[in-house]
Amino acid sequence: MARVQLHDVCKRFGHVTAVESANLSIGDGEFFALLGPSGCGKTTTLRLIAGLETPTSGRIVIGERDVTDLPPRDRDVSMVFQDYALYPHMTILDNVGYPLKVRGVPRPEIQSRVGAVAESLRINHLLDRRPAQLSGGQQQRAAVARCVVHSPQVFLFDEPLSNLDAKLRLEARGFLKHLQKEVGITAVYVTHDQAEAMALADRMAVMSEGRIIQVGSPLAVYRRPETTFVASFIGNPPMNLIPCRLALADGSAALSTPSFGLDITPLRPRLAASLHNGDTVTLGIRPEHMTLCAESMPCTMPGQVYAIQPLGSEVLVLVQVDDTTIAVRLFTDDPPLQAQHVHVGLTMERVMLYDSAGRLAVT
Amino acid sequence: MNQPARQSRPSLSHWIRFFLSRGAFALLVSLISAFFALPMLWLLLTPFNARGTLAVEIPAQPTLANFQRVFANAFAMHALVNSAILGLGGMLLVTLVATLAAYSLARTDVPGRDLFVYGLILFSSVVTGTAAMVPIFMMIFYLGLIDTHLAVILVCTGGLLPTATFIMRDFIEGLPRSYEESALVSGATPWQMFRDVVLPLVRPGMMVVAIWAFVNVWGTFLIPFILLRSPQNMPATVAIYSFYTEAGTPIITLTSAYSLLFGLPVLFLYLFVNWRYGFRFFGGIKR
Repeated sequence: MARVQLHDVCKRFGHVTAVESANLSIGDGEFFALLGPSGCGKTTTLRLIAGLETPTSGRIVIGERDVTDLPPRDRDVSMVFQDYALYPHMTILDNVGYPLKVRGVPRPEIQSRVGAVAESLRINHLLDRRPAQLSGGQQQRAAVARCVVHSPQVFLFDEPLSNLDAKLRLEARGFLKHLQKEVGITAVYVTHDQAEAMALADRMAVMSEGRIIQVGSPLAVYRRPETTFVASFIGNPPMNLIPCRLALADGSAALSTPSFGLDITPLRPRLAASLHNGDTVTLGIRPEHMTLCAESMPCTMPGQVYAIQPLGSEVLVLVQVDDTTIAVRLFTDDPPLQAQHVHVGLTMERVMLYDSAGRLAVT
Repeated sequence: MNQPARQSRPSLSHWIRFFLSRGAFALLVSLISAFFALPMLWLLLTPFNARGTLAVEIPAQPTLANFQRVFANAFAMHALVNSAILGLGGMLLVTLVATLAAYSLARTDVPGRDLFVYGLILFSSVVTGTAAMVPIFMMIFYLGLIDTHLAVILVCTGGLLPTATFIMRDFIEGLPRSYEESALVSGATPWQMFRDVVLPLVRPGMMVVAIWAFVNVWGTFLIPFILLRSPQNMPATVAIYSFYTEAGTPIITLTSAYSLLFGLPVLFLYLFVNWRYGFRFFGGIKR
């Protein structure tokens, strides 16, 4: 059980910078997610923690030890790979017991410890088989068993669920979270699926192009995305982003677009000092914080219904506002009609404003 | 149905042309095959013929007398044992060194690695045993290894290593790296990882290299001929000269019998490995 710390870690491959100035502090027993699109550096960061890559600069601390110069076997971590990496020529028993075998644990003890872990993961009837004879879900549990069996200080997961079909993925999500809470071991989890990160993590880091953009609990990141990138990455459907022009005066503020004006005076005290009259800003509002109003009001935007998607538990209405298509989440049995002209109302307290560089400009 | 319905069934001339073309093709193939098969046939028939010549003829009275005389030649029989020693030694050394070298070539990223590989290609195809005959003799002489099996094994290994390394590198590159990384993170030292994960998975490649190396060393003539002096160290390829007359002509019956004996171990080895492991010439195991 340990804290993992990254101090100014950089990793360069030739001319390509995979990770730039990463600073992280992961608490003991925490489930920490590294989230981002492909190529953002999250897997490289995980491999740096594991010891499979050496940082170009910076220090990595696990527990109280500086492990930057240590090989993987001296770091007391374990890892579940995306393709599970179960050795095809060994039985599941030998596979799961391998971390114990290389540490010189005697054979009878290996068998009993593997048996115990296999039982808790419900694969004890598969111990004599080869990996090729197991289903995808069973292979995944075997890989997790191998990760758990020697009780490391940190679990590392590299997109372990992406090879499973959708239903199995949901099941495995629940079982992974339950397992981690039970054993209480710090876990670092890499994924590109924001729903997975939200569901599993205690805290997460959103990464893009080698940099950590925002760190926080899932709800904090969801409610207050600090850049337009994070806003458009988190949430399904993601936050609506509408470009506008800011009209700022001492006692009032308003947003204007070619087709409408929106009075945002209640937000005036919270606006950042760096904003000026006439700035181009981006209005951000989540689909569930909007409604459809019967008529035009100071806090509504006019639009035309683009598409209606009934999802069972809710109705997702896509509305064309100026050049942007926004999504509105409605819980109603009486959705609007296609091509109907509507007025979209927003909850003022939930409005986010981003400056021209994409940074949050509301406190 | 693009043809106009001119004839309701193929004509006789059509059939004649069909059979002639097929027949001519079959004849051609038979002639070519016979050309290659004749020496094999000669090797199978002549040892059993008391009056064997260079002609391929079925013996009128098959006999084992030739074999009896060959077995009576203790020197020649012992030479077969020497061939086996050289073959096994070369096989083990080549396989071990090639696998280790190929692993580093495939997995590490040292500067100059590609230049080294290019050099290997160059040396394996340009510098042959014949061209390097004199320097090799001088080198072994100065090492004091003339007339030892070790010298022959070392020189043959050196000649076979470039190609063997290529073959092994192909197999190793076919292995997903995540197996090795998983072993390292599980706590294995690099040697444990190599022994427990890599070696078992490249076993098909090692089989290929081992058999190929054995066959090459078993059949090598020039290197033992120049490096060995004493009769009791000679392998079969050199010892076959003992079945020549003083005038320098081969005694057909005996040389053919000895050649057949010489070829049998390789044949059995191939059959055994094929039955036990199968030969997989493509690299990598798809998982």
